[in-house]
Amino acid sequence: MSGINDFAFKIATVNGTGSASANSLLMQAIFRMGIPVTGKNIFPSNIQGLPTFYEIRVSKDGYTARPPDVDLVVALNPSTYAKDVATVRPGGYLLYDSSWPLEPELVREGITILGIPFGRMCVENFQGDRDRTLLRNIVYAGALAALLEIDMDIVRQMLVEKFSKKKKLFDANNTAIRLGYDYAREHYQCPLPFHLEKMNATSDSIIIDGNTAAGLGAVYAGATVGAWYPITPSTSLMEAFKGFCEKFRTDPETGLARYCIIQAEDELSAAGIAIGAGWAGARAFTNTAGPGLSLMQEFIGLAYYTEIPAVFYDIQRTGPSTGMPTRTQQGDLMSLAYASHGDTKHIVLFPCNPEECFYLSVTAFDLSERFQTPVFVASDLDIGMNDWMCKRLTWDDSYRPDRGKVLGAEELANVKKFSRYLCVDDDGIAPRTLPGVHPNGAYFVRGSGHDKHGAYTEDSDAYQEVVDRLTLKFAAAAKVVPEPEFHLQADAHVGIVSLGGCHAAVLEAIDRLREQGLVADYMRIRAFPFNESVKAFLDSHAAVFVVEQNRDAQLRSLLAIETGMPRDAMVPVLDYGGMPLTAKVVITAVADRMAQVLA
Amino acid sequence: MTSITKPPVRHPGLPKNALGFTVRDYEGAMSTLCAGCGHDSVTAALVLACWELALPPHRAAKMSGIGCSSKTTAYFMKQSHGFNSVHGRMPSVTSGANAANRDLHYIGISGDGDSLSIGLGQLSHAIRRNVRMLYLIDNNGVYGLTKGQFSASADIGSTSKKGEANLQPPIDPVLLALTLGATFVARSFSGDKAQLVPILKAGIMHNGLALVDIISPCVTFNDHEGSTKSYKFTREHEVELVAADFVPLRREVIAPETDAAVSVVTMHDGSTVRFRRTPEGYDPTDREAAYAHVRACQQRNEVATGLLFIDEHGQDMHAVSKTVEMPLVELPYEQLCPGNGALQKLMEGFR
Repeated sequence: MSGINDFAFKIATVNGTGSASANSLLMQAIFRMGIPVTGKNIFPSNIQGLPTFYEIRVSKDGYTARPPDVDLVVALNPSTYAKDVATVRPGGYLLYDSSWPLEPELVREGITILGIPFGRMCVENFQGDRDRTLLRNIVYAGALAALLEIDMDIVRQMLVEKFSKKKKLFDANNTAIRLGYDYAREHYQCPLPFHLEKMNATSDSIIIDGNTAAGLGAVYAGATVGAWYPITPSTSLMEAFKGFCEKFRTDPETGLARYCIIQAEDELSAAGIAIGAGWAGARAFTNTAGPGLSLMQEFIGLAYYTEIPAVFYDIQRTGPSTGMPTRTQQGDLMSLAYASHGDTKHIVLFPCNPEECFYLSVTAFDLSERFQTPVFVASDLDIGMNDWMCKRLTWDDSYRPDRGKVLGAEELANVKKFSRYLCVDDDGIAPRTLPGVHPNGAYFVRGSGHDKHGAYTEDSDAYQEVVDRLTLKFAAAAKVVPEPEFHLQADAHVGIVSLGGCHAAVLEAIDRLREQGLVADYMRIRAFPFNESVKAFLDSHAAVFVVEQNRDAQLRSLLAIETGMPRDAMVPVLDYGGMPLTAKVVITAVADRMAQVLA
Repeated sequence: MTSITKPPVRHPGLPKNALGFTVRDYEGAMSTLCAGCGHDSVTAALVLACWELALPPHRAAKMSGIGCSSKTTAYFMKQSHGFNSVHGRMPSVTSGANAANRDLHYIGISGDGDSLSIGLGQLSHAIRRNVRMLYLIDNNGVYGLTKGQFSASADIGSTSKKGEANLQPPIDPVLLALTLGATFVARSFSGDKAQLVPILKAGIMHNGLALVDIISPCVTFNDHEGSTKSYKFTREHEVELVAADFVPLRREVIAPETDAAVSVVTMHDGSTVRFRRTPEGYDPTDREAAYAHVRACQQRNEVATGLLFIDEHGQDMHAVSKTVEMPLVELPYEQLCPGNGALQKLMEGFR
């Protein structure tokens, strides 16, 4: 149920008409009022003319998942009126553009319909089609400010910041805000029953999307080479990296760049560039999404078998094939874990929000160099492209990169015969050398069968010795990858397992389930290979639910394969329509199942 | 791709280069290619070129993809790092390595299958990026390792060992490179060491991508009547066919030294290739003229060889990206991480 600082509203517009800036203005203003807020941009895969939606959830309790209900819909796109009206919760509100007569689709019993002539006011007050279209968004933002009681001083301050050097634009936007605000106040009872009241719950927070945070993480990790091919929804990651590099990595004296970004001809090339740079000794990465990941398979196997570090960001979107490029999913879990042909297994990290995208980026580069292997960061469209409220990022200045076992010139001077894949430690990691350092360190990288010395082989024993060591290395990685996050309660009835972007919805669901008398333990997996504690959690719960966003219960399969837990002993909770997960899906699945069991 | 090293027996009187190395110090593992393979002649020319340049072996990196040509990176400069990557993808791996460490000499060795079919896109884009590297294409018109299929450089009408005719037009890497804006384009013949070595040296020292297409006959699968790209029409007489499971031991083909504008080279099977050397007064800095010259030779069933085009003022990948002069791998972490102070300032913009 909605209330003060606890409601959600949705704005339905047409993309390419400038609504994005009005929507982020609204979200940021609420954030600056000290109230926890989340925005979900549900956008189409084109540039202009198709329906687009923006959902803003206000939650005094700090819930950041997609809202279970929508209290108010701003319906500004005639082509989606009928659907939009249907999404208003019973007793909720609909705001529409009353410049034209009320469309029959908009009439619905049990909700309150508010009309404001946005279009007409823009025609009367502004000149030119472009301004009239763009400013209509600011007018509805003004109306919402009145209806929801957004602090107008904060809105005004934001306009000042945004248009400090463009007086004309400031005046136009300020007029537009007032038009909507005043009209709503004059014609309707403001504020609505659910509205905003200032809090002090965001002072330690920021609003950021996961791709920006990941790009920033790559900068702080010391990555110097980035290679990519543009693909939704990963593009903004490299754009962020580039922007931060320009800001922080431009030599102050020469103006030259302490980084190199290559926009490749395709994802194969992007993977090759990252691997080539990793081999040469740089911290290198590439970012992509499902279709790109498919193209990179051969190179991933090469890096795995020849033991070359590189970080791969997979910003998952809805598959298979092209799928729905602007919808989210966790459909790449299996293909990440075992990417490429032959026996391969990879380290995969699962950030649950932008904050973790930042920190796990650094972890990914450390693990990649330490274990001399490709490491994957499995984000998704919801985390990567949506604005999340997160804890302010901080940095430990004593951090130094873990470069792993790399022999330098001095060590190599005493080496008579360097054997690239000869390992004397029990972690399965053999020291590597970098090209250009010392003649004694020279060796020949080959994706073909090789023995521990790096020499070509077709001998069964020599081949197996190397691939068996890779297994050992993988087992060693399981001991140091990030541990799961546990939320344990006394006398829990069930265990819930999930990962990545499902986290926010699961946390909310656990609270609601407890109110219903169902106590759930929760384990959020943060890495593959699975730590020992993952198996322990599964073993210690009679009923285990695995919540994930794909059709085939891929996380459950991974758990079954890697821990030996019988697959059917884990109940899948699946949501794969492409939208960010809501708590409702989890609550319903768990409650229904437990009701069945108890019956 | 063997690891057998050659016996380290040296003639005491072998001359030494500026680094005190003999030419033997630039050799690598024993070749596993067929005896008489043109690729081995290319390797020998590379050994000589690197020795003459007094290249510190550990400051060079040998890059390749997959195929007979790609195997040759193991057969020279054993004290250099080598990277035998995946089929057709040597250019991207080299681009990445060069991005990370711009100070090494990258010697990329590819073939007509590796670069003109599966890797055509990568070749094209490495040229566009102008990655500083020597890019060799050991071009024999045939897939050797999979036993004799046509490659994309085979001419229309040339026949495979089984007698099947190629009906698709060839891709000429020289014309392609000229069109794409390459800054160094050359063609030579594996048997013409006198011409090849100076071209290789020039290519290694070029500040950008130096593409060298080397006609390098396959003695096993493209050494019969009706075979080869532009060889067919210059054939003068019939020769015995070579059985697929029989690899003849032959001497490598050597081009006779001549100053004539056109040199006629007799191939293993007695067929001939006419190499049109660049004419006197030829301006290798004129891209249009280079293109016209290559096309004109083609129309006369001749293969234009020599250093065909060079643009010494072209900007390489790092010049375009405005990268710092110090290799990125050598930058200390302190110069890469902005620190917590900068982060906290940045965070204000996210509120």
